[in-house]
Amino acid sequence: MGLATDPPALAADLPSQAAPHTAAHDDLASLKVVPARHYGRWAAAAAVLVVVAQFAHGLATNPGWDWGTFADFLTLDTIIKAVGVTLQLTLYATVLGFVLGIVLAFMRLSDNPVLQTVAWTYIWAFRSIPLIVQLLFWFNLSYLYRRLGFGVPFGPTLWSFSTNALVGAIGAAVIGLSLHEAAYSAEIVRSGVISVDGGQLEAAAALGIPRLRQLRRIVLPQAMRAILPNAANQVISLFKGTSIVSVMAIGELFYQVQVIYGRNGRVVPLLMVATVWYILLTTLLSIAQYYVERYFARGADRNPPPTPLQRARSFARDLRGAAARRTEAVQPGRLALRTQGGAE
Amino acid sequence: MSTQVMVDVHGVHKSFGPLEVLRGVDLQVRTGEVTVILGPSGSGKSTLLRSINHLEKLNRGYISIDGELIGYRRSGSRLHELKEREVLRQRTHIGFVFQNFNLFPHLTVLDNIIEAPIAALRRPRQEAVRQAERLLARVGLADKANAYPRQLSGGQQQRVAIARALALEPKVLLFDEPTSALDPELVGEVLDVIKDLARAGTTMIVVTHEIGFAREVADTVVFMDGGVIVEQGPPSELLDRPQHERTRAFLSKVL
Repeated sequence: MGLATDPPALAADLPSQAAPHTAAHDDLASLKVVPARHYGRWAAAAAVLVVVAQFAHGLATNPGWDWGTFADFLTLDTIIKAVGVTLQLTLYATVLGFVLGIVLAFMRLSDNPVLQTVAWTYIWAFRSIPLIVQLLFWFNLSYLYRRLGFGVPFGPTLWSFSTNALVGAIGAAVIGLSLHEAAYSAEIVRSGVISVDGGQLEAAAALGIPRLRQLRRIVLPQAMRAILPNAANQVISLFKGTSIVSVMAIGELFYQVQVIYGRNGRVVPLLMVATVWYILLTTLLSIAQYYVERYFARGADRNPPPTPLQRARSFARDLRGAAARRTEAVQPGRLALRTQGGAE
Repeated sequence: MSTQVMVDVHGVHKSFGPLEVLRGVDLQVRTGEVTVILGPSGSGKSTLLRSINHLEKLNRGYISIDGELIGYRRSGSRLHELKEREVLRQRTHIGFVFQNFNLFPHLTVLDNIIEAPIAALRRPRQEAVRQAERLLARVGLADKANAYPRQLSGGQQQRVAIARALALEPKVLLFDEPTSALDPELVGEVLDVIKDLARAGTTMIVVTHEIGFAREVADTVVFMDGGVIVEQGPPSELLDRPQHERTRAFLSKVL
């Protein structure tokens, strides 16, 4: 663009002995473009890099990090098992939370005022109670209800269990996390559904498509685009949030790490063990999120952008191509340089 | 022309809150005929069309298609509201083409067309696909079966929407301003498809502002204003010798 506005000035600068005017014009296309130099950016980048380097240097040299202990514990059996418990809690609470959340979302969206009110109240209640308070309630459920049973409402009980036998610590944790998740995921699902254009449901209704299929086949896939980023946030925050259940003495990652540093006093390296596992697994979740989102974006873009892998491949291809061209074109390159020098 | 009545609209009233949009509309459309509805915006044309396939519930009056009451069942002196499932079944007899196409953007053109025949009529997939391919060829888009709607122009999308409505083999096709969302140069290709359907004897009701199209294709032109039908008749009469002042005023503005 800049070049296009400049030609008269450039042509005037060219000494008349270099070439006739018309030739100079033709040459513009082949001239080398010198990018603008951003000195401010370079200075800012350098300053930031110095800080980063200092931090990295500290990580490597400060004995307090105690990387030896970190390495000893990172893949210890107990830790791996604890990671497994954390993943299980995340999985169960995500699945149960979203199933209940979808039900609640459609209750809130339904025309039935009773269902609407119940769903709204549920969401209100479970968003209002801090997770840790709720978990302790569930942990102490047997204080309120010694036995749980099925039977005729307000009538005789047909079948009952001791609460403690039915709901252990893990059970209480899964219930607490799921109910908490359900309130949030209900709102996430609802936000996705109301983001779908009303004309879509109308078109589906006009075509006589059955109600459930309208939701499953037409609305939900489109709602997924709005749901997924929020849902991924929610799953990741739940994944890390499972560390809260350490108050119930469940052997998940954070609890196990606390137990170990309580014994050996190496607090920082063991916190790093937990940190690295949380980061690693969150990274995997983020990558999964990218590909799931891509799947549900089909039809949304005329030309879907390439995946990072495809981009890396095409970048490598370009590099190879450029290298090949450079070796071929050494001579003409030099010539062009000399012409430019002459022009100055 | 056959004289059998396909669509019978009788004494229809419809209000949105305090606003009375339809104030007693009577209209009959015979099998194989094309009826074009003209009128200024807010005259109730779209509401009437949407009432015919029960996207809007009536406050008074009734609509029947091929002798079947839409949205209600009569027993003795009472009308019982139909359940949603039964209304959905009735809608499979009524094709509807929207102003904004309303194609399903996450499904390919082919999947858009076969969705309703498979889901609502329980046709085998293979049969639905073969029929969809025939319909796509008919609207001139045989090569677009695997494209997504957003990869198509507006005119192409509307032609897909018409193919999608035809896939149910409806008794009547309703068009709600099918070319109003299109660039002027794309209007022709959509109107050509509709003309083609008219020649094939499809019963249609078209709400539009395309007077030239009405003149060429319509058997009956209906002029609506203020929630009532002001007058109706063959295009040669209504368009060239309108009886009512309001019709004349409207036509003088759009012609």
